[in-house]
Amino acid sequence: MRDRYVILAALVLFFVLVTAPVWYARAAGEKAGGPDVKLPTQEKACVMPVDYMRTSHMDLLISWRERVVRENIRTWTAPDGTVYTVSLSGTCLKCHTNKAEFCDRCHDYAGVTPYCWDCHVDPAAIARSRP
Amino acid sequence: MSISRRGFLGAAGLSALALASKSTLDALGFEAAPQEPTSAAAGTRWAMVVDPRKCLDQGDCTKCIEACDYAHNVPHITNPAHEVKWIWKEPFEDAFPFLEVDYAPEAFREQPVMVLCNHCDNAPCVRVCPTQATWKRDDGIVMMDWHRCIGCRYCMAACPYGSRSFNWGDPRPAMASLNPDYPTRTKGVVEKCTFCEERLAVGQRPACVDACPARALVFGNLDDPEGEVRSLLRARFAVRRKAELGTGPAVYYLV
Repeated sequence: MRDRYVILAALVLFFVLVTAPVWYARAAGEKAGGPDVKLPTQEKACVMPVDYMRTSHMDLLISWRERVVRENIRTWTAPDGTVYTVSLSGTCLKCHTNKAEFCDRCHDYAGVTPYCWDCHVDPAAIARSRP
Repeated sequence: MSISRRGFLGAAGLSALALASKSTLDALGFEAAPQEPTSAAAGTRWAMVVDPRKCLDQGDCTKCIEACDYAHNVPHITNPAHEVKWIWKEPFEDAFPFLEVDYAPEAFREQPVMVLCNHCDNAPCVRVCPTQATWKRDDGIVMMDWHRCIGCRYCMAACPYGSRSFNWGDPRPAMASLNPDYPTRTKGVVEKCTFCEERLAVGQRPACVDACPARALVFGNLDDPEGEVRSLLRARFAVRRKAELGTGPAVYYLV
């Protein structure tokens, strides 16, 4: 074990290099920011509490999908008793009118590419594309 | 009572044979009960009656096709190998290949007939689908879940009517105008007529039925003896496409 100091020095150097971006950002005074999503202005509450929607909206959407397509149940009652029509384009996007600044921004930030929009249509985008 | 080694082995062998023969029979299609109920439990069995004569009187009318294509974002692809069809015109002799009418004039055999998914009672497409992306609803509609379709096209091979189309590419560029209230499909998915289940859910009739200026398409509940479909079928003789195959089609053609 005569090269103990070489090994230790290399380990320290490796650790410093790997964490360099963190130190660099810390030194430059940058703060890690979340996605800059634009929330709807005309509505105050979503179908479920914000915390649930933030973490589990995909589970809700998949259960909605199963209800409509496979069970032909087209309404959904929220825990507070409000009855909603189950529709991604019709209900979600009615309030979240700007898909690019809401859905896409957070999905881009999180690095996920859901394939909802391969088929489902953003009505606002169609309205914009029309002359 | 004691059991001999010989007796035990014999009983075990026979039990194994019985278990194996059950799965063999199942695989060969001899189920004890039919896979799908032939009539709806809820008392609704959607069906359509087509009056080809009324349709022919309209000449080159394609209003039902246009209404359907817009309502469901059906792409317009000119290449016949890749085209997507929900409701379309088929020459009489191709729509009814078993109705051989030897001395019918050529012009008659080539008359177009409106054809669409027959929403069969015993749908072969439902039977072969490996992911249950297509299944039979209680109201008789052969429904599709495009989320679940893996594009294997077994259903297309199984359907004797050619009612199913495959999206060989992204269908969106081939759509002149998008209906924002209905999704499109994506590359690698099979699609077909759904009897406008999204319109039935809100109490509307199918788009093609509403669009027909001659009322050549009649839609209704086959389980309602006083309904329009049943009274038409009582009053006039009707045929179904390839009913000989045992599929139990639910689209009737008045003669």
